[in-house]
Amino acid sequence: MTAPASSEEHSRMRDGISAGLPFVLPTLALGVSFGVLAEPVMGEVAPIVMSVVVFAGAAQFAALSVLTAAGGAGAAILAGLLLNARFLPMGFAVAPSLRGRPLKRAAEGQAIVDASWAIAHRPDGTFDRGVLLGATIPQACGWISGTAIGVFAGSVLADPEEFGIDAIFPAFYLALLFEEGRSRRGLAVALIGGAITLSLMSSVPAGLAVIAASLAALIGLRRS
Amino acid sequence: MTEVWITIAALCAGTVAIKATGPVALGGRKPSERTFAVISLFAPALLAALVVYETLSDGNDGLAVDARVIGVAAATTALLLRAPIAVVVLGAAAATALARALGA
Repeated sequence: MTAPASSEEHSRMRDGISAGLPFVLPTLALGVSFGVLAEPVMGEVAPIVMSVVVFAGAAQFAALSVLTAAGGAGAAILAGLLLNARFLPMGFAVAPSLRGRPLKRAAEGQAIVDASWAIAHRPDGTFDRGVLLGATIPQACGWISGTAIGVFAGSVLADPEEFGIDAIFPAFYLALLFEEGRSRRGLAVALIGGAITLSLMSSVPAGLAVIAASLAALIGLRRS
Repeated sequence: MTEVWITIAALCAGTVAIKATGPVALGGRKPSERTFAVISLFAPALLAALVVYETLSDGNDGLAVDARVIGVAAATTALLLRAPIAVVVLGAAAATALARALGA
C-alpha cells in the first residue's frame, strides 16, 4: 500500500475489491447491530473510533458484551484478543506470499480479516497479495459506515436477522471449504478442525476454539 | 468512560501485533517444504472452524442452535448441486429468513 504498485498489482486489487463487494451488505448489517448495541454503553464517538482502529467484528462484539456486563477493561481486552488470536495462524499462512521489508509486510498483514483472507487464498496454499488488500476495502467501508448508521439511526431500522443475513458468512466459508475438500487431505483436515472447534466451543472462549482448529494442519507433517 | 478508551487502545495495539507477527517472522523467504505443508493446511482447518463458529455461536462463548443451521444445510445442498456461489449464499439467507418467519 506504501510502495507504488504496478498495473498488474492494481488489477489484482480491483479483482479483490469486486470479490469483496457481495459482503458489503452483510458486513454493513453487522456493523449496524454493533453500533446499536454499543451506543448506550460507549457513547456516540467511541464505537466508530473502535471500528476504525480495531476493525474486527467478532472481537468488538466480545469486548462490548464484557463492558456491557460491567466486567472491566481487563476482561474486555482479553476477550477481544482471544478472538483475534485466530489472525496469528492466518498471518503465518499469508506470510510466504508477501514481499518487501518487514515493516511493509507487517502493514500488509493488517489487511487480514476473515473474508479477505478466505477470498485471497488459492487452492495451492499460497495467497494473492493484491486480492487480499483489495478485498479488505469493501469490508472496511461496510463495517465502519454500518457502525455509524447503528449509532445514529439504529433504532429506526429493521432487524437484519429477519432477512437471514447472519447465515451469509457461514455459507460463504462453507463454499470456500468445498474447494479445499477436493483433496482427501484437505477434507480430513477440515473435518478434524471443525470437530475440534465444535467440541471446545461451549467450554473455552470462542477465539481459542477457533485457533485450536489449526492443530489439524499438523497432518501436513505426515508424508503423503 | 476511561475504561472504554483503554479497551479500544489495547485491542488496537494487540490486534496490530497479532496480524503483523506471521508476516514479519516468515515473509519474503520460502519456508521449508514441511513448514509449507502445514501452513497450507491452515486454510481448510480454519475455514471449517469459521463455519462451525458462525453457525453455532451464541455470540457469547457458547453454543446456540437456531435457524442458521437451516441456512447452512441449504448452502450444503446448493454446493452439492454445484450451484454458483451467489446462489449458495443468497439461498442460505433465504432459507434462514424463511425458517425464522415460520418460528424457528
